[in-house]
Amino acid sequence: MNCALSPVALYLGWSPCKGEWGIRSLMRSVMQRLVLMALCLAAVAVCLQATSSWAKEAEPLAQDPVMEARLTSLAEQLRCLVCQNESLAGSRSDLALDLRREIRTLMRQGQTDEQILAFMVGRYGDFVLYNPPVKSTTWLLWAGPFVLMLIGVGVLLLVLKRRRLLPEPPQTPEQQARLQVLLKNSTPPTSTPPPSK
Amino acid sequence: MKAKYLLPLAVFLVLVGFLAAGLKLNPREVPSPLIGRAAPAFTAPYLIDPAVLDLAVKPNAEARKELAPKEFTPQELLGKVWVMNVWASWCAPCREEHPLLLALQRQQVAPMVGLNYKDQASQALSLLQRYGNPYSVSITDTDGRIGMDYGVYGVPETYVVDKQGVIRLKHTGALTADDVQRKLLPLIAELNKS
Repeated sequence: MNCALSPVALYLGWSPCKGEWGIRSLMRSVMQRLVLMALCLAAVAVCLQATSSWAKEAEPLAQDPVMEARLTSLAEQLRCLVCQNESLAGSRSDLALDLRREIRTLMRQGQTDEQILAFMVGRYGDFVLYNPPVKSTTWLLWAGPFVLMLIGVGVLLLVLKRRRLLPEPPQTPEQQARLQVLLKNSTPPTSTPPPSK
Repeated sequence: MKAKYLLPLAVFLVLVGFLAAGLKLNPREVPSPLIGRAAPAFTAPYLIDPAVLDLAVKPNAEARKELAPKEFTPQELLGKVWVMNVWASWCAPCREEHPLLLALQRQQVAPMVGLNYKDQASQALSLLQRYGNPYSVSITDTDGRIGMDYGVYGVPETYVVDKQGVIRLKHTGALTADDVQRKLLPLIAELNKS
């Protein structure tokens, strides 16, 4: 027998390659499993603690719920430039924290949403907007899918039309012969329906 | 074989071409809206070790103010083509481009302003001491507010500003020798002529 490792055998304390079940390897594997379990528990505990400390960091929410709601709705329209597939609202990068703080400051100064978006676009370009404006550089982005769809539908219609206009292809001699046989064997069509029994 | 049957293959090859080009694009290279616009004004403190300053004139606030050099503004460099490099001691790619910056400084291509971004002065200074200082002027942006005005989102970043104080180039990420030879140096030479 080669060293095919059966997970069950391994779990039960079978030491692979030596091919023995011995009590020592059993003890060893039990110990290993206990250590592993302790490590997992420790990891879970650390994670729990970490999440509870994150919860503390989100405290500014409570200070001014209206402003925070406005900040969130604004930040969700904006891209975080450090982790490009995250919104500014969801990102925990340093720059996102800074920018959220800056947006709060701008709000306190009484700036409108449009002004704040302009602030962001003026620094980082249209790229920060998840909803880019329609203009000369972005028309392809907006119209592209529709143009492609129109082309596809056009090609489809053309193919269908041409297929309808196409004459029936001439039959090959074999097909002709087969047709003759089939016609001979079948009952000739009658003008009157067959009498029912 | 009829040409008609080659059409799907051709479409497929075009698609592959697009995808291959897409793979080579750098998603971090976001076109900056600041190019062609006036470099945002700012005043920034020079990079000095606060501990040194403290030790020298701790009790005397008045003397301390005098000893601390005045702040830097980009206005001072009007009429010159200059380079601003945003860097930090915690930034690994900055270390990569460091020798290139040192070479640029040795060639005296243009005044090099080093903006130390969200960093600790003592660490930044010790790094410059160990690896060499490529900057003509070293300034600090501790809270990242200057960086925000310049649209900094990934350190290192390098800007070229012309004689009129207009930003002409923004490079995100570490400079390579190729970038310096093909982008930076020709642009600076051209701007110096005009």
